[in-house]
Amino acid sequence: MTTLLEVRDLKKFFPVFSGQILSKLIGWVKAVDDVNFSIKEGETFGLVGESGCGKTTISKVILLLEKATSGSIIFRGKNIFELRGKSLSDYRSSVQAVFQDPTSSLNPRLRVSSIVSEPLVVNNVLPRKVVKEKVEKALFQVGLSDEAPRLFPHEFSGGQRQRIAIARALIVRPSLIILDEPVSALDVSIQAQIMNLLKDLQAKLDISYLFIAHNLATVRYMSHRIGVMYLGKLVEQGPAEEVYTSRLHPYTKALFSAALPSHPDVVKEEIILKGEVPTALNPPPGCRFHPRCSLTKSICPEVEPELKETATDHYVACHLYAKASLIA
Amino acid sequence: MTINFLEVKNLSTYFFTRRGVVKAVDGVSFHVKKGETFGLVGESGCGKTITCLSIMRLVPEPAGRIVGGEIFLEGEDLLKKSEKELVKIRGSKISMILQDPMTSLNPVFTIGDQLTEAIRIHRFLKGKSLWESAKKILQLVHIASPETCLTSWPHQLSGGMRQRVVGAISISCEPKLLIADEPTTSLDATIQVQYLRLLREIQEKTDLTLIFITHDFGIVARMCRRAAVMYAGKIVETAEVREIFNHPAHPYTQALMKSVPKVEEKVTRLASIEGQPPPLHHLPPGCIFAPRCSAKKEECRPEEYPPMVEIEKGHFVSCWRYI
Repeated sequence: MTTLLEVRDLKKFFPVFSGQILSKLIGWVKAVDDVNFSIKEGETFGLVGESGCGKTTISKVILLLEKATSGSIIFRGKNIFELRGKSLSDYRSSVQAVFQDPTSSLNPRLRVSSIVSEPLVVNNVLPRKVVKEKVEKALFQVGLSDEAPRLFPHEFSGGQRQRIAIARALIVRPSLIILDEPVSALDVSIQAQIMNLLKDLQAKLDISYLFIAHNLATVRYMSHRIGVMYLGKLVEQGPAEEVYTSRLHPYTKALFSAALPSHPDVVKEEIILKGEVPTALNPPPGCRFHPRCSLTKSICPEVEPELKETATDHYVACHLYAKASLIA
Repeated sequence: MTINFLEVKNLSTYFFTRRGVVKAVDGVSFHVKKGETFGLVGESGCGKTITCLSIMRLVPEPAGRIVGGEIFLEGEDLLKKSEKELVKIRGSKISMILQDPMTSLNPVFTIGDQLTEAIRIHRFLKGKSLWESAKKILQLVHIASPETCLTSWPHQLSGGMRQRVVGAISISCEPKLLIADEPTTSLDATIQVQYLRLLREIQEKTDLTLIFITHDFGIVARMCRRAAVMYAGKIVETAEVREIFNHPAHPYTQALMKSVPKVEEKVTRLASIEGQPPPLHHLPPGCIFAPRCSAKKEECRPEEYPPMVEIEKGHFVSCWRYI
């Protein structure tokens, strides 16, 4: 499989000002700090982490809705920050997004036909008949009925609305869809329907997904490879099964122990983390996780650990594994 | 044998709207023993919350009305109480934790104001002793600096802290029954575990009876001893939690369990339930789950709702297959 999108040393800092008239820069929120990962063609990359860890900021930078502070994103061999004109609009139509809450991501005043055809109309000039055919095809692919185009979003249930949002993303035949918590606002029995639909579409159309979620069970079901984020940093990355069976970073371990069991007899080691996630404004020095970590060493508050390969394609950023990587 | 602490019999709460009668809760019966944790599971709109609001007698009137049934709390029928008597019961005997701590705390009052309100009303404390007891309660929910917390405003606290304050308010008058309505849905995973553990701890210390409303089987597996599964205003299955997980009997419970992905193992394909729950003002005749049921058979009578039967000791299910 070839690499479709590569994120290299990506940084996104937000300035923080204080004072209303003579405002002064008092610091930076380091939402995303030196993140590296890649997504291959036809693959799902799952990004997990708690709220405020920078998952959504990464997706916004990929969608060019936010400007990166530094770093680059390579899509099919080209840096997306340098794209202009035709190549830029091509990029925009090959990367689409589906968001968490379909009620707020669909315009309530437009009919489904206008909502779904919008990405097509914005990017190209096409005859009305072709547009209509494409809308029908996209809606058919997500399992909606023939009468859907003339209805308004409020006439659908939550699961169906999410299907409309997926159809809108599909209509321009993208090669990457960013799924930002696509099922967490839906009911349990509907979640499975939508996840199965996404998997079927991937198998049929060979699309790559960037799957952002906080529920570890859904990420395991959907992803081929996953990355675990904490406070703007990618702390662990690897093939999903590898990370789920042999997790290394203390934060990953804690996060997994916090996941709810699927059966009352499942016994888990309980790692209760001290305190809460610190703010990304002036994060702790050294390893950002060290104030909450139970295995802190003297080096942790001083030196920031780098992401190192411990097994094939399994990377972890923790001083505990610094030696292991040397042997490897 | 212990007497049932809470007994709900045939409770029906309907909403009378222009589009018709919405049967939000329709003939629900269950009981909760003293000191136990009972789970009420179901998808959104299945009537979990309205069941509990009915127990609190807080159904939004006049649209909603409790049209039938009985609710016994320690032998007393709550539905026969006057509003004046109810004021004394709410907060001191039964209290509730709501889902979103941001909307259940008033943004223009300090934590201290909101926490002391219930204690002032129910326990008649004043001045310094009031303040001291508020501090003690905050310590009980593991808030590191209760003094500063009491003088701060809701927006100054993090989500986890706020939910703990809400928890503190609800246990401040030592209630006997605590209803937790999806208390951890808005919290992060690691904070959620902290909070669930805290609720356990409080329960052990104060011999509290807990009703957990949730849509997440994981929470049921972790917290509850017995649980009831609700679908479209009715309870379809009640049993001990282990029994529900090992031998789910109702087709809805079975399907729901198969449609949840697991953290512990790789599932290649989830079974999904086709269609969606029926609108509550337009319920199908007969079994409400029949239109989506994959195990439908000829013995399913089209006009009649299947009665609740006991298939195993303490395991009740309402499905034609077991009759």
